Amino acid sequence: MHVIRVPSSLDYSTVDSVFRQCAQAVEGKALVDAGYLRFVDPQGLVGLLSAGALLKRRLGQAPHLRLPRQAEVLGYLARIRFLEQARRFFSMEIRRPREIAASSDVLLEITPVTTNSDVHAVVDRVQTRAGTILTRTLGYPLVTVVQFSVVLSEVCQNIIEHAEAPGWVAAQAYYWAKRRDRWMLVIAVSDLGRGFRESLAAEHAGRFGKRWGDGSALEAAFLHGVTRFQDLGRGQGIQQIRKQVRRWDGLISIRSGTARIADVPEWDDTPALEQGLARFPGAQINIVLPAKQRGRERSGA
Amino acid sequence: MNGFGIDPVAIDLRRLVQRQVASLYAHLVTRPTGRAVRLAIESQLANAGEMALSVIDFSEVHVVDFSCADEVVAKLLLHYQPPGQATRAFFVLRGVSDLHLEPIEAVLERHRLTAVAETAAGLCRLVGVPSEADARVWRSLEERGALSPGDVPAHLPDEVDRATLESLVRRGLVFRRPESGDYLALSNLMRSLMG
Repeated sequence: MHVIRVPSSLDYSTVDSVFRQCAQAVEGKALVDAGYLRFVDPQGLVGLLSAGALLKRRLGQAPHLRLPRQAEVLGYLARIRFLEQARRFFSMEIRRPREIAASSDVLLEITPVTTNSDVHAVVDRVQTRAGTILTRTLGYPLVTVVQFSVVLSEVCQNIIEHAEAPGWVAAQAYYWAKRRDRWMLVIAVSDLGRGFRESLAAEHAGRFGKRWGDGSALEAAFLHGVTRFQDLGRGQGIQQIRKQVRRWDGLISIRSGTARIADVPEWDDTPALEQGLARFPGAQINIVLPAKQRGRERSGA
Repeated sequence: MNGFGIDPVAIDLRRLVQRQVASLYAHLVTRPTGRAVRLAIESQLANAGEMALSVIDFSEVHVVDFSCADEVVAKLLLHYQPPGQATRAFFVLRGVSDLHLEPIEAVLERHRLTAVAETAAGLCRLVGVPSEADARVWRSLEERGALSPGDVPAHLPDEVDRATLESLVRRGLVFRRPESGDYLALSNLMRSLMG
Protein backbone atom coordinates (compact mmCIF):
# COMPACT_ATOMS: atom_id res chain seq x y z
CA MET A 1 0.00 0.00 0.00
CA HIS A 2 1.45 3.36 -1.04
CA VAL A 3 0.65 6.07 1.47
CA ILE A 4 0.71 9.57 0.05
CA ARG A 5 0.78 12.13 2.82
CA VAL A 6 -0.89 15.42 2.04
CA PRO A 7 0.81 18.33 3.84
CA SER A 8 -1.29 20.22 6.39
CA SER A 9 -1.02 23.32 4.20
CA LEU A 10 -1.53 22.38 0.55
CA ASP A 11 -0.91 25.22 -1.86
CA TYR A 12 1.14 26.02 -4.93
CA SER A 13 4.33 25.93 -2.90
CA THR A 14 3.71 22.50 -1.33
CA VAL A 15 1.68 20.57 -3.90
CA ASP A 16 4.91 19.20 -5.40
CA SER A 17 5.29 16.92 -2.39
CA VAL A 18 2.07 15.15 -3.42
CA PHE A 19 3.28 14.86 -7.03
CA ARG A 20 6.63 13.52 -5.81
CA GLN A 21 4.96 10.78 -3.79
CA CYS A 22 2.61 9.94 -6.68
CA ALA A 23 5.58 9.38 -8.98
CA GLN A 24 6.68 6.52 -6.73
CA ALA A 25 3.31 4.74 -6.78
CA VAL A 26 3.45 2.56 -9.88
CA GLU A 27 1.45 -0.49 -8.82
CA GLY A 28 -0.70 -1.85 -6.02
CA LYS A 29 -3.07 0.19 -3.85
CA ALA A 30 -2.73 3.77 -2.72
CA LEU A 31 -3.99 5.79 0.22
CA VAL A 32 -3.97 9.56 -0.07
CA ASP A 33 -3.96 10.80 3.49
CA ALA A 34 -5.43 14.29 3.80
CA GLY A 35 -6.47 13.71 7.41
CA TYR A 36 -4.31 16.54 8.72
CA LEU A 37 -5.16 19.02 5.99
CA ARG A 38 -5.88 22.44 7.52
CA PHE A 39 -5.45 24.81 4.60
CA VAL A 40 -5.76 24.26 0.86
CA ASP A 41 -5.69 26.72 -2.04
CA PRO A 42 -7.01 26.19 -5.61
CA GLN A 43 -3.65 24.87 -6.80
CA GLY A 44 -3.70 22.34 -3.97
CA LEU A 45 -7.27 21.34 -4.80
CA VAL A 46 -6.82 20.79 -8.52
CA GLY A 47 -3.41 19.21 -7.83
CA LEU A 48 -5.00 16.70 -5.46
CA LEU A 49 -7.72 15.88 -8.00
CA SER A 50 -5.08 15.41 -10.69
CA ALA A 51 -3.13 13.12 -8.37
CA GLY A 52 -6.26 11.02 -7.77
CA ALA A 53 -7.03 10.80 -11.48
CA LEU A 54 -3.43 9.84 -12.26
CA LEU A 55 -3.28 7.16 -9.56
CA LYS A 56 -6.58 5.64 -10.67
CA ARG A 57 -5.38 5.54 -14.26
CA ARG A 58 -1.97 4.12 -13.40
CA LEU A 59 -2.93 1.64 -10.68
CA GLY A 60 -6.14 0.49 -12.32
CA GLN A 61 -8.12 1.09 -9.14
CA ALA A 62 -9.29 4.17 -7.28
CA PRO A 63 -6.95 5.32 -4.52
CA HIS A 64 -8.55 5.84 -1.13
CA LEU A 65 -8.76 9.42 0.08
CA ARG A 66 -8.70 9.94 3.83
CA LEU A 67 -10.65 13.15 4.28
CA PRO A 68 -9.62 16.01 6.55
CA ARG A 69 -10.52 15.62 10.21
CA GLN A 70 -11.38 19.26 10.66
CA ALA A 71 -15.05 19.82 9.97
CA GLU A 72 -14.40 23.32 8.61
CA VAL A 73 -11.94 22.00 6.05
CA LEU A 74 -14.32 19.22 5.03
CA GLY A 75 -17.14 21.75 4.69
CA TYR A 76 -14.94 23.89 2.51
CA LEU A 77 -14.10 20.92 0.27
CA ALA A 78 -17.82 20.29 -0.18
CA ARG A 79 -18.59 23.92 -0.85
CA ILE A 80 -15.89 24.38 -3.47
CA ARG A 81 -17.13 21.16 -5.11
CA PHE A 82 -13.94 19.23 -4.51
CA LEU A 83 -15.85 16.25 -3.07
CA GLU A 84 -18.19 16.19 -6.07
CA GLN A 85 -15.23 15.93 -8.46
CA ALA A 86 -13.15 13.67 -6.20
CA ARG A 87 -15.83 10.94 -6.24
CA ARG A 88 -14.81 10.18 -9.81
CA PHE A 89 -11.26 9.25 -8.86
CA PHE A 90 -11.07 8.38 -5.16
CA SER A 91 -12.86 5.98 -2.88
CA MET A 92 -13.92 7.94 0.20
CA GLU A 93 -15.92 7.54 3.35
CA ILE A 94 -17.77 10.80 3.30
CA ARG A 95 -18.97 12.11 6.62
CA ARG A 96 -21.72 14.64 6.28
CA PRO A 97 -19.77 17.91 6.07
CA ARG A 98 -20.78 20.70 8.40
CA GLU A 99 -22.95 23.20 6.61
CA ILE A 100 -21.01 26.36 6.09
CA ALA A 101 -22.44 29.45 4.48
CA ALA A 102 -21.17 30.10 0.99
CA SER A 103 -18.10 32.29 1.02
CA SER A 104 -18.04 35.40 -1.10
CA ASP A 105 -14.32 34.80 -1.60
CA VAL A 106 -14.84 31.76 -3.84
CA LEU A 107 -14.66 33.19 -7.30
CA LEU A 108 -14.89 29.91 -9.15
CA GLU A 109 -15.56 26.48 -7.65
CA ILE A 110 -13.63 23.56 -9.07
CA THR A 111 -14.96 23.33 -12.60
CA PRO A 112 -14.13 20.62 -15.12
CA VAL A 113 -13.07 21.94 -18.49
CA THR A 114 -13.41 19.59 -21.42
CA THR A 115 -15.26 21.51 -24.09
CA ASN A 116 -15.57 24.93 -25.63
CA SER A 117 -18.91 25.50 -23.90
CA ASP A 118 -17.25 24.85 -20.50
CA VAL A 119 -15.06 27.89 -21.15
CA HIS A 120 -18.14 29.98 -21.93
CA ALA A 121 -19.74 28.77 -18.70
CA VAL A 122 -16.63 29.74 -16.72
CA VAL A 123 -16.61 33.23 -18.24
CA ASP A 124 -20.36 33.61 -17.60
CA ARG A 125 -19.97 32.62 -13.96
CA VAL A 126 -17.03 34.88 -13.38
CA GLN A 127 -18.84 37.88 -14.85
CA THR A 128 -21.44 37.66 -12.12
CA ARG A 129 -19.00 37.22 -9.22
CA ALA A 130 -15.70 38.78 -10.13
CA GLY A 131 -16.73 42.39 -9.67
CA THR A 132 -16.94 42.29 -5.88
CA ILE A 133 -13.78 40.25 -5.34
CA LEU A 134 -11.65 42.19 -7.80
CA THR A 135 -12.79 45.64 -6.71
CA ARG A 136 -13.58 45.29 -2.98
CA THR A 137 -11.13 42.57 -2.02
CA LEU A 138 -8.22 43.29 -4.32
CA GLY A 139 -8.82 47.00 -4.91
CA TYR A 140 -8.62 46.66 -8.71
CA PRO A 141 -10.67 48.93 -11.02
CA LEU A 142 -13.99 47.58 -12.28
CA VAL A 143 -12.71 47.19 -15.84
CA THR A 144 -10.45 44.45 -14.51
CA VAL A 145 -13.42 42.06 -14.55
CA VAL A 146 -13.24 41.81 -18.33
CA GLN A 147 -9.45 41.48 -18.40
CA PHE A 148 -9.66 38.81 -15.73
CA SER A 149 -12.29 36.92 -17.77
CA VAL A 150 -9.98 37.02 -20.77
CA VAL A 151 -7.14 35.55 -18.69
CA LEU A 152 -9.41 32.76 -17.45
CA SER A 153 -10.68 32.04 -20.93
CA GLU A 154 -7.18 31.74 -22.33
CA VAL A 155 -5.87 29.48 -19.53
CA CYS A 156 -8.91 27.20 -19.86
CA GLN A 157 -8.44 26.98 -23.62
CA ASN A 158 -4.91 25.83 -22.99
CA ILE A 159 -6.42 22.63 -21.59
CA ILE A 160 -8.66 22.01 -24.58
CA GLU A 161 -6.24 23.05 -27.31
CA HIS A 162 -3.00 21.57 -26.07
CA ALA A 163 -3.68 18.92 -23.46
CA GLU A 164 -6.37 17.09 -25.43
CA ALA A 165 -7.49 15.76 -22.07
CA PRO A 166 -9.87 16.94 -19.34
CA GLY A 167 -8.77 19.43 -16.74
CA TRP A 168 -10.03 21.64 -13.95
CA VAL A 169 -10.00 25.29 -13.05
CA ALA A 170 -10.66 27.00 -9.69
CA ALA A 171 -10.18 30.49 -8.24
CA GLN A 172 -10.44 31.94 -4.76
CA ALA A 173 -9.32 35.00 -2.82
CA TYR A 174 -7.40 34.53 0.46
CA TYR A 175 -5.98 36.79 3.09
CA TRP A 176 -2.28 35.95 3.33
CA ALA A 177 -1.44 37.06 6.83
CA LYS A 178 2.03 35.60 7.21
CA ARG A 179 3.47 35.94 3.77
CA ARG A 180 2.25 39.26 2.56
CA ASP A 181 -0.29 40.79 4.92
CA ARG A 182 -2.71 41.26 2.08
CA TRP A 183 -5.45 39.55 0.08
CA MET A 184 -4.45 37.37 -2.84
CA LEU A 185 -6.47 35.85 -5.64
CA VAL A 186 -5.27 32.40 -6.65
CA ILE A 187 -6.26 30.86 -9.98
CA ALA A 188 -5.33 27.26 -10.64
CA VAL A 189 -5.64 25.13 -13.74
CA SER A 190 -4.55 21.52 -14.05
CA ASP A 191 -4.85 18.83 -16.68
CA LEU A 192 -3.50 15.34 -17.20
CA GLY A 193 -2.88 15.68 -20.90
CA ARG A 194 0.19 15.48 -23.06
CA GLY A 195 2.13 18.27 -21.45
CA PHE A 196 4.14 20.90 -23.30
CA ARG A 197 7.08 18.68 -24.28
CA GLU A 198 4.94 16.13 -26.08
CA SER A 199 2.57 18.71 -27.50
CA LEU A 200 5.41 20.62 -29.17
CA ALA A 201 7.77 17.72 -29.95
CA ALA A 202 6.71 16.93 -33.53
CA GLU A 203 7.23 20.52 -34.69
CA HIS A 204 10.12 21.73 -32.54
CA ALA A 205 12.13 18.93 -30.88
CA GLY A 206 14.40 18.53 -33.89
CA ARG A 207 15.76 22.06 -33.60
CA PHE A 208 16.73 21.50 -29.98
CA GLY A 209 18.37 18.09 -30.42
CA LYS A 210 19.52 16.65 -27.11
CA ARG A 211 18.51 19.84 -25.28
CA TRP A 212 14.85 19.04 -25.87
CA GLY A 213 13.02 18.33 -22.63
CA ASP A 214 10.29 19.63 -20.35
CA GLY A 215 12.33 22.73 -19.45
CA SER A 216 13.18 23.70 -23.04
CA ALA A 217 9.59 23.04 -24.17
CA LEU A 218 8.28 25.31 -21.42
CA GLU A 219 10.82 28.00 -22.30
CA ALA A 220 9.81 27.81 -25.97
CA ALA A 221 6.10 28.16 -25.22
CA PHE A 222 6.24 30.48 -22.23
CA LEU A 223 9.02 32.83 -23.27
CA HIS A 224 8.81 32.69 -27.07
CA GLY A 225 5.15 31.88 -27.81
CA VAL A 226 6.01 28.72 -29.72
CA THR A 227 3.08 26.39 -30.51
CA ARG A 228 2.60 23.21 -32.45
CA PHE A 229 0.53 25.06 -35.04
CA GLN A 230 1.94 26.73 -38.15
CA ASP A 231 -0.68 29.47 -37.83
CA LEU A 232 0.88 32.84 -36.90
CA GLY A 233 -2.18 33.68 -34.82
CA ARG A 234 -1.51 30.85 -32.37
CA GLY A 235 0.63 31.10 -29.26
CA GLN A 236 -0.65 34.51 -28.22
CA GLY A 237 -2.70 33.27 -25.27
CA ILE A 238 0.14 32.60 -22.85
CA GLN A 239 2.00 35.73 -23.93
CA GLN A 240 -1.01 37.93 -23.32
CA ILE A 241 -1.76 36.27 -19.97
CA ARG A 242 1.85 36.93 -18.87
CA LYS A 243 1.56 40.56 -19.93
CA GLN A 244 -1.66 41.04 -17.97
CA VAL A 245 -0.38 39.23 -14.86
CA ARG A 246 2.75 41.43 -14.90
CA ARG A 247 0.54 44.54 -14.97
CA TRP A 248 -1.17 43.28 -11.83
CA ASP A 249 2.23 42.52 -10.22
CA GLY A 250 1.19 38.88 -10.06
CA LEU A 251 2.94 35.53 -10.20
CA ILE A 252 2.37 33.05 -13.00
CA SER A 253 3.95 29.63 -13.19
CA ILE A 254 3.47 26.59 -15.41
CA ARG A 255 4.57 23.14 -14.33
CA SER A 256 4.72 20.42 -16.95
CA GLY A 257 6.42 17.05 -16.78
CA THR A 258 9.54 17.55 -14.70
CA ALA A 259 9.91 21.33 -15.00
CA ARG A 260 8.31 24.56 -13.88
CA ILE A 261 8.73 27.99 -15.39
CA ALA A 262 7.55 31.25 -13.85
CA ASP A 263 7.32 35.01 -14.16
CA VAL A 264 8.19 35.99 -10.63
CA PRO A 265 7.33 39.36 -9.08
CA GLU A 266 9.56 40.92 -6.43
CA TRP A 267 7.36 39.73 -3.58
CA ASP A 268 7.82 36.01 -4.32
CA ASP A 269 10.89 33.77 -4.39
CA THR A 270 9.71 31.03 -6.77
CA PRO A 271 12.64 30.18 -9.10
CA ALA A 272 12.20 31.35 -12.69
CA LEU A 273 12.95 27.84 -13.98
CA GLU A 274 13.07 24.55 -12.09
CA GLN A 275 14.04 21.26 -13.68
CA GLY A 276 14.38 17.73 -12.39
CA LEU A 277 11.08 17.79 -10.49
CA ALA A 278 9.12 14.57 -9.98
CA ARG A 279 7.41 13.68 -13.25
CA PHE A 280 3.74 14.58 -13.35
CA PRO A 281 1.68 14.47 -16.54
CA GLY A 282 -0.12 17.36 -18.21
CA ALA A 283 0.30 20.95 -17.15
CA GLN A 284 -0.48 22.91 -14.01
CA ILE A 285 -0.89 26.66 -14.32
CA ASN A 286 -0.83 28.81 -11.22
CA ILE A 287 -1.63 32.54 -11.09
CA VAL A 288 -1.48 34.61 -7.91
CA LEU A 289 -2.72 38.20 -7.98
CA PRO A 290 -2.03 40.46 -4.99
CA ALA A 291 -4.37 43.09 -3.59
CA LYS A 292 -3.31 46.67 -4.22
CA GLN A 293 -3.23 47.48 -0.52
CA ARG A 294 -1.82 45.72 2.52
CA GLY A 295 -4.04 44.66 5.40
CA ARG A 296 -7.14 42.61 5.98
CA GLU A 297 -9.58 45.46 5.45
CA ARG A 298 -11.24 45.44 2.06
CA SER A 299 -11.61 48.49 -0.12
CA GLY A 300 -14.96 50.11 0.52
CA ALA A 301 -15.83 47.50 3.16
CA MET B 1 -28.05 49.62 -56.08
CA ASN B 2 -27.43 52.55 -53.74
CA GLY B 3 -25.35 54.74 -56.05
CA PHE B 4 -22.09 53.99 -54.27
CA GLY B 5 -21.51 50.70 -56.06
CA ILE B 6 -21.12 48.80 -52.80
CA ASP B 7 -23.49 46.73 -50.66
CA PRO B 8 -23.81 47.45 -46.95
CA VAL B 9 -23.78 44.43 -44.63
CA ALA B 10 -24.62 44.86 -40.94
CA ILE B 11 -23.16 42.16 -38.73
CA ASP B 12 -24.51 41.89 -35.20
CA LEU B 13 -21.87 39.96 -33.30
CA ARG B 14 -24.06 39.48 -30.23
CA ARG B 15 -26.69 37.68 -32.29
CA LEU B 16 -24.09 35.58 -34.08
CA VAL B 17 -22.40 34.53 -30.82
CA GLN B 18 -25.67 33.65 -29.15
CA ARG B 19 -26.63 31.58 -32.17
CA GLN B 20 -23.36 29.64 -31.83
CA VAL B 21 -23.23 29.22 -28.05
CA ALA B 22 -26.14 29.02 -25.65
CA SER B 23 -25.10 31.75 -23.25
CA LEU B 24 -26.79 34.42 -21.19
CA TYR B 25 -24.00 36.76 -22.17
CA ALA B 26 -22.47 37.52 -25.52
CA HIS B 27 -18.84 36.70 -25.03
CA LEU B 28 -16.48 36.40 -27.93
CA VAL B 29 -14.30 33.79 -26.27
CA THR B 30 -12.55 30.65 -27.50
CA ARG B 31 -11.16 29.89 -30.91
CA PRO B 32 -13.94 27.50 -31.98
CA THR B 33 -16.52 30.21 -31.20
CA GLY B 34 -14.50 32.72 -33.19
CA ARG B 35 -14.21 30.33 -36.09
CA ALA B 36 -17.96 29.68 -36.09
CA VAL B 37 -18.70 33.41 -35.97
CA ARG B 38 -16.25 34.11 -38.79
CA LEU B 39 -17.86 31.41 -40.97
CA ALA B 40 -21.26 32.95 -40.26
CA ILE B 41 -19.94 36.37 -41.32
CA GLU B 42 -18.45 34.86 -44.48
CA SER B 43 -21.80 33.26 -45.21
CA GLN B 44 -23.51 36.66 -44.89
CA LEU B 45 -20.92 38.24 -47.15
CA ALA B 46 -21.38 35.53 -49.77
CA ASN B 47 -24.88 36.89 -50.34
CA ALA B 48 -23.67 40.47 -50.79
CA GLY B 49 -22.69 42.05 -54.10
CA GLU B 50 -19.28 42.15 -55.70
CA MET B 51 -18.19 44.91 -53.34
CA ALA B 52 -19.36 45.07 -49.72
CA LEU B 53 -18.92 47.29 -46.70
CA SER B 54 -19.34 45.15 -43.60
CA VAL B 55 -20.01 46.90 -40.32
CA ILE B 56 -19.18 44.47 -37.53
CA ASP B 57 -20.90 45.58 -34.36
CA PHE B 58 -19.10 44.89 -31.06
CA SER B 59 -21.27 47.17 -28.96
CA GLU B 60 -23.32 44.38 -27.34
CA VAL B 61 -20.34 42.11 -26.72
CA HIS B 62 -18.89 42.02 -23.19
CA VAL B 63 -15.69 40.01 -23.37
CA VAL B 64 -13.38 39.46 -26.33
CA ASP B 65 -10.42 37.17 -25.83
CA PHE B 66 -7.29 36.96 -27.96
CA SER B 67 -8.07 33.60 -29.56
CA CYS B 68 -11.51 34.71 -30.64
CA ALA B 69 -10.25 38.11 -31.86
CA ASP B 70 -7.69 36.29 -33.97
CA GLU B 71 -10.45 34.31 -35.70
CA VAL B 72 -13.13 37.01 -35.98
CA VAL B 73 -10.95 39.99 -36.88
CA ALA B 74 -7.49 38.95 -38.09
CA LYS B 75 -8.44 35.85 -40.06
CA LEU B 76 -11.45 37.60 -41.57
CA LEU B 77 -9.25 40.45 -42.83
CA LEU B 78 -6.60 38.03 -44.07
CA HIS B 79 -9.27 36.13 -46.01
CA TYR B 80 -10.81 39.16 -47.71
CA GLN B 81 -7.79 41.42 -47.87
CA PRO B 82 -4.86 39.19 -48.84
CA PRO B 83 -1.57 41.12 -48.69
CA GLY B 84 -0.53 42.70 -52.00
CA GLN B 85 -3.95 42.37 -53.64
CA ALA B 86 -6.61 45.02 -54.10
CA THR B 87 -9.60 44.23 -51.93
CA ARG B 88 -13.28 44.47 -52.73
CA ALA B 89 -14.33 43.90 -49.12
CA PHE B 90 -14.32 46.78 -46.65
CA PHE B 91 -14.77 46.46 -42.90
CA VAL B 92 -15.56 48.82 -40.05
CA LEU B 93 -15.41 47.48 -36.49
CA ARG B 94 -18.21 49.35 -34.73
CA GLY B 95 -18.85 49.96 -31.01
CA VAL B 96 -15.30 49.04 -30.04
CA SER B 97 -14.53 49.83 -26.38
CA ASP B 98 -11.08 50.19 -24.82
CA LEU B 99 -11.45 46.65 -23.46
CA HIS B 100 -12.17 45.26 -26.91
CA LEU B 101 -9.29 47.22 -28.37
CA GLU B 102 -6.55 45.41 -26.49
CA PRO B 103 -7.14 41.94 -28.01
CA ILE B 104 -8.07 43.41 -31.39
CA GLU B 105 -4.89 45.49 -31.58
CA ALA B 106 -2.80 42.53 -30.38
CA VAL B 107 -4.00 40.20 -33.14
CA LEU B 108 -3.74 42.87 -35.82
CA GLU B 109 -0.17 43.63 -34.76
CA ARG B 110 0.66 39.96 -34.81
CA HIS B 111 -0.46 39.68 -38.45
CA ARG B 112 0.78 43.18 -39.45
CA LEU B 113 -2.77 44.28 -40.32
CA THR B 114 -4.64 47.57 -40.03
CA ALA B 115 -8.38 48.12 -39.68
CA VAL B 116 -10.88 50.93 -39.19
CA ALA B 117 -12.62 50.94 -35.81
CA GLU B 118 -15.40 53.16 -34.56
CA THR B 119 -15.30 53.68 -30.82
CA ALA B 120 -18.33 53.72 -28.54
CA ALA B 121 -18.22 57.53 -28.79
CA GLY B 122 -18.67 57.30 -32.56
CA LEU B 123 -15.17 58.34 -33.57
CA CYS B 124 -13.31 56.35 -36.17
CA ARG B 125 -9.64 55.50 -35.88
CA LEU B 126 -7.08 53.22 -37.44
CA VAL B 127 -6.11 50.23 -35.29
CA GLY B 128 -3.35 47.71 -35.75
CA VAL B 129 -0.10 48.71 -37.42
CA PRO B 130 -0.66 51.78 -39.60
CA SER B 131 2.51 53.54 -40.77
CA GLU B 132 2.95 57.24 -40.02
CA ALA B 133 1.96 58.05 -43.61
CA ASP B 134 -1.09 55.75 -43.39
CA ALA B 135 -2.24 57.53 -40.24
CA ARG B 136 -1.62 61.02 -41.68
CA VAL B 137 -3.39 60.48 -45.02
CA TRP B 138 -6.23 58.46 -43.51
CA ARG B 139 -6.84 61.13 -40.85
CA SER B 140 -6.80 63.86 -43.47
CA LEU B 141 -9.48 62.07 -45.52
CA GLU B 142 -11.43 61.19 -42.39
CA GLU B 143 -11.66 64.89 -41.51
CA ARG B 144 -12.85 65.84 -45.00
CA GLY B 145 -15.10 62.81 -45.49
CA ALA B 146 -14.44 62.66 -49.24
CA LEU B 147 -11.97 63.80 -51.86
CA SER B 148 -12.49 64.02 -55.60
CA PRO B 149 -9.66 62.91 -57.91
CA GLY B 150 -9.24 66.53 -59.04
CA ASP B 151 -8.69 67.70 -55.45
CA VAL B 152 -6.03 65.11 -54.67
CA PRO B 153 -2.94 66.98 -55.98
CA ALA B 154 -3.83 70.13 -54.05
CA HIS B 155 -4.79 68.29 -50.88
CA LEU B 156 -1.97 65.75 -50.98
CA PRO B 157 0.91 67.54 -52.74
CA ASP B 158 3.47 65.01 -51.55
CA GLU B 159 3.85 62.09 -53.92
CA VAL B 160 4.39 59.75 -50.98
CA ASP B 161 1.00 60.74 -49.57
CA ARG B 162 -0.71 60.15 -52.90
CA ALA B 163 0.87 56.70 -53.11
CA THR B 164 -0.27 56.07 -49.54
CA LEU B 165 -3.84 57.00 -50.48
CA GLU B 166 -3.79 54.34 -53.21
CA SER B 167 -2.34 51.86 -50.75
CA LEU B 168 -5.15 52.61 -48.28
CA VAL B 169 -7.68 51.90 -51.06
CA ARG B 170 -6.00 48.59 -51.93
CA ARG B 171 -6.03 47.54 -48.25
CA GLY B 172 -9.71 48.41 -47.78
CA LEU B 173 -9.11 51.35 -45.44
CA VAL B 174 -10.47 53.94 -47.91
CA PHE B 175 -13.22 53.43 -50.51
CA ARG B 176 -12.97 54.73 -54.10
CA ARG B 177 -16.30 55.07 -55.88
CA PRO B 178 -16.13 53.01 -59.07
CA GLU B 179 -17.83 55.55 -61.31
CA SER B 180 -16.58 58.93 -60.11
CA GLY B 181 -13.26 57.85 -58.66
CA ASP B 182 -14.03 59.87 -55.51
CA TYR B 183 -12.22 58.78 -52.36
CA LEU B 184 -14.51 58.24 -49.38
CA ALA B 185 -13.61 57.78 -45.74
CA LEU B 186 -15.20 54.54 -44.54
CA SER B 187 -16.95 56.46 -41.73
CA ASN B 188 -18.59 58.69 -44.34
CA LEU B 189 -19.53 55.70 -46.49
CA MET B 190 -20.92 53.82 -43.49
CA ARG B 191 -23.12 56.73 -42.42
CA SER B 192 -24.30 57.33 -45.97
CA LEU B 193 -25.29 53.69 -46.42
CA MET B 194 -26.43 52.71 -42.94
CA GLY B 195 -27.05 55.81 -40.91
